[in-house]
Amino acid sequence: MRRYLIRKVAIYALTFWVAVTVDWAIPRFMPGDPVDRLISRMQAQPSSEHALNSYYTNAFGFDVPLWKQYVNFWAALFHGDLGVSIANFPTPVWDLIRGALPYTLALLVPAIVLAFWAGNKVGAMAARRKALDNTVLPVGYLLTATPQMWLGMLLVFVFATTLAWLPVSGAYDLSLQPAWTLEFARSFLQHWILPFLALFLVAFGGWAIGMRNMIIYELEADYSNYLAALGAPTKLVRKYAYRNALLPQITGLALALGSVVAGAIVVEIVFSYPGLGTLILNSIENRDYFVLQGVFLFLIVGVLIANLIIDIAYVFIDPRTRIGMEGGA
Amino acid sequence: MSLRVDGLTVYYQSLRGDVKAVDGATFDVADGEIMGLAGESGCGKSTLGKGLIRLDARMRYVGGRVELDGHELPIADDARMNQYRLKEVSLIPQYALSALNPTRKIGRMATDLLHARGVDPHTVLPELRRRLQLVGLSEDVLDRYPMELSGGMKQRVVMVLSSVLDPSLLIADEVTSALDVSTQKAVARLLVEFRDRGFVKSIIVITHDLSVLAQIADTVMVMYAGKLAEKASTHAIVGAPQHPYTSMLLAALPEVGVRFADRRLAGIPGRPPSLLNPPAGCRFRERCPFAEARCAHEPPFVEVGPGQQAACWKVPAC
Amino acid sequence: MAVTAKQELRVQAGPRPSARRSEFLYFALRNWKFVAGATVVLAMLALALIGPALISTPPLAFTGPTDSPPSSEYWFGTTSFGQDVFAQFVWGLRAAFLVGALGGGIAWVIGAAVGFTAGYRGGLVDDVLNMLTNVVLVIPTIAILIIVAAYLNLHSYAAEAVLIGATSWPWAARAVRAQTFSLKTRDFVDIARLSGRTTRGIITREIAPNMSSYLLMMWILLFGGAILIGASLDFLGLGPATQVSLGQMMNSAYSSSALLLGFWWWFVPPGIGIILIVGGLYVMNVGLDEVFNPKLREL
Repeated sequence: MRRYLIRKVAIYALTFWVAVTVDWAIPRFMPGDPVDRLISRMQAQPSSEHALNSYYTNAFGFDVPLWKQYVNFWAALFHGDLGVSIANFPTPVWDLIRGALPYTLALLVPAIVLAFWAGNKVGAMAARRKALDNTVLPVGYLLTATPQMWLGMLLVFVFATTLAWLPVSGAYDLSLQPAWTLEFARSFLQHWILPFLALFLVAFGGWAIGMRNMIIYELEADYSNYLAALGAPTKLVRKYAYRNALLPQITGLALALGSVVAGAIVVEIVFSYPGLGTLILNSIENRDYFVLQGVFLFLIVGVLIANLIIDIAYVFIDPRTRIGMEGGA
Repeated sequence: MSLRVDGLTVYYQSLRGDVKAVDGATFDVADGEIMGLAGESGCGKSTLGKGLIRLDARMRYVGGRVELDGHELPIADDARMNQYRLKEVSLIPQYALSALNPTRKIGRMATDLLHARGVDPHTVLPELRRRLQLVGLSEDVLDRYPMELSGGMKQRVVMVLSSVLDPSLLIADEVTSALDVSTQKAVARLLVEFRDRGFVKSIIVITHDLSVLAQIADTVMVMYAGKLAEKASTHAIVGAPQHPYTSMLLAALPEVGVRFADRRLAGIPGRPPSLLNPPAGCRFRERCPFAEARCAHEPPFVEVGPGQQAACWKVPAC
Repeated sequence: MAVTAKQELRVQAGPRPSARRSEFLYFALRNWKFVAGATVVLAMLALALIGPALISTPPLAFTGPTDSPPSSEYWFGTTSFGQDVFAQFVWGLRAAFLVGALGGGIAWVIGAAVGFTAGYRGGLVDDVLNMLTNVVLVIPTIAILIIVAAYLNLHSYAAEAVLIGATSWPWAARAVRAQTFSLKTRDFVDIARLSGRTTRGIITREIAPNMSSYLLMMWILLFGGAILIGASLDFLGLGPATQVSLGQMMNSAYSSSALLLGFWWWFVPPGIGIILIVGGLYVMNVGLDEVFNPKLREL
């Protein structure tokens, strides 16, 4: 068991190292000079360009040899220093991320958790009733084939633009300040519900279909047939089937995290929701490499940690892996 | 207990039509009898055995009547059949090695099952533990997961679990087929012991292995292509088989001490007929060396001697 | 192993290849899910191939009135710049199929190669490939794609497809590896090995054909996935700047406030296009699963 954990952590550490290195390397090997870009956007006097160039090159650490930049990068990383934004100079990248993160989490976490729970429940129910199955299946496949940003746009168009029931964009009414008040909470929820739905519905479709297929597989398994032959009520058979079907779904959750994050990014953009997605879009447009780097590092670490947690939890949930590791029969 | 089966007919549904797996089976099993049910692969013996306890999704009840201890078994009605399962009729399935939920401790699965069947597990557990020890398993098997047990151990667990409520009829479907010879012997002996100790009243042992039946069965019933061919005491079947199929089946068994150079194994040339469109008349006609014109009409399964029944025109009825 | 009357139900596929192929076609064409999905996908493909040839106006040309809803002249209306939305749509379909087929194909090749090798060879090779797979798997694809695409300035959808293919193969590799593991221990592989086949020969001649149905279904899933990822990338403005794709249309519509102004004909068709293609592929896959796995066939 300990060997397994050590191996897992080692692999994740390696993954982290590779990801960070790639994250660091790309801007430095790509064509184009970010400092030049910045300066040209500043529309400074040609005479002062040279001075500005050397100032910024120094400020961003581009004037030291590459290997030193790499080492400095890691050193800064361990201090929690993700650099400084080029577009929003001199705001540190970390501050920008810290401001955007809560909004992204407010969308991601409920969407993932609720979609997983509801999707699995509905998928299991669909495997039970033919009538439900005939609705859940096509709807599920349609949902899982839907691009999240398009669903977001559709929701905005229908509920915000046309029906004017809900706001079009943002996380809260601009006249309010974030505070623990009922008014702010109401405004926040109103702005939250559509982007949440865009993420939730697509994920829900995927989980529902997955669970429905897994349950059918489990219901046809030998142990299900044996229980039924011995007169076990369907409730017991379904209970066992559901628990066994959840296991591969949990593995699938770890695999799906990347795509949910991708969905969150584009959905936030559609709603101008002030999370990491909008931050990313702005940074792409401004070619603000350091913010991009920082945000991605953040995302990568987040997904890595989530994967690690799920991996470890799985060992405890599935007795087969646990026994296998303790050297069972 | 007594089992009376009259004209039981069960088909399999398939895309190409109905597969007539069991066609009009009529036989009795007496109290305390171990009846062997033998035949080639695909002859319908498993279907017959399974049909007595649970028709799965693809099986279709077509006709016939099953009576257990004087009352009719509603085998066509899955819901009503439930009250008889495990308590009156039980099954050791063909897939016993994978019949236990892999993610549940065996003891917990047993208590879940008993509880769901309206039986207080605590009243049964002591007896369950005793029987586990009887079959050579330690009590802590109940605390284990299936993957921690060997094939033979799982087989024995399933045997004990299936018979824990002392059913009248136990159907043992190919319980020795996946085991090595010494374990086969142990398991076969256990079946007899279960009957002798009164854990079960009667057993139907389904197998293609006649030699196992010769050891433990009181009577043997031979099936061919969905129909009953012969039924008699083991002694009669082995010593004086009446139906040509039975004799050829026995002749196909290798004999200890006889070598290939001395005598070749006699097989039965040909293959069983398709059960989608079985031929009219006796289904063994194509392969029978004694076939004649009247075999175009199906021979009835009648008594041809004391306690012996066969379906063959060649054998005169009593 | 005792085979029962269920033998009649053809649970095990084992006849000669030609018989197997015709059996496949027989069941495939009778499976309504497969037929329905395939019809939709083929219809969109036809539109993608023929459409651009039939439409004379280039998709990005400013030809018509701005912001006009669908009419008999402009079936899908026009954009804020006076571009023909329908023209953009059919060109976008073409890009979608290109990205899907090429991106999915590349991911398939890499995934299959890595999976087979890791599964068959085992040992150190397996450990190394496994580590590689895990590393690429856990890193969120979108992150890498955005970083690389932002810096590289993709010039063509083929390039985008290559990028997508190079990052979405890990789950396929894992699946192939698992299947190869279970097939590896079968007798026919031992026989092939004894008769002196090379590893590559064994993989391509013995193992792969036995997984052919699985491999086909895997490619379909990768196809669909590549289209979705490509659409997201294009929506972020990272696709080829001067070309049209369904994601790019949505980007354009969004940036021009089509949402707020209610120009639904601009952004709704591209999404529907994606749903039809990807949904059609998924439904096809379900049908194929039933064809290949007789247990699932409805009676």
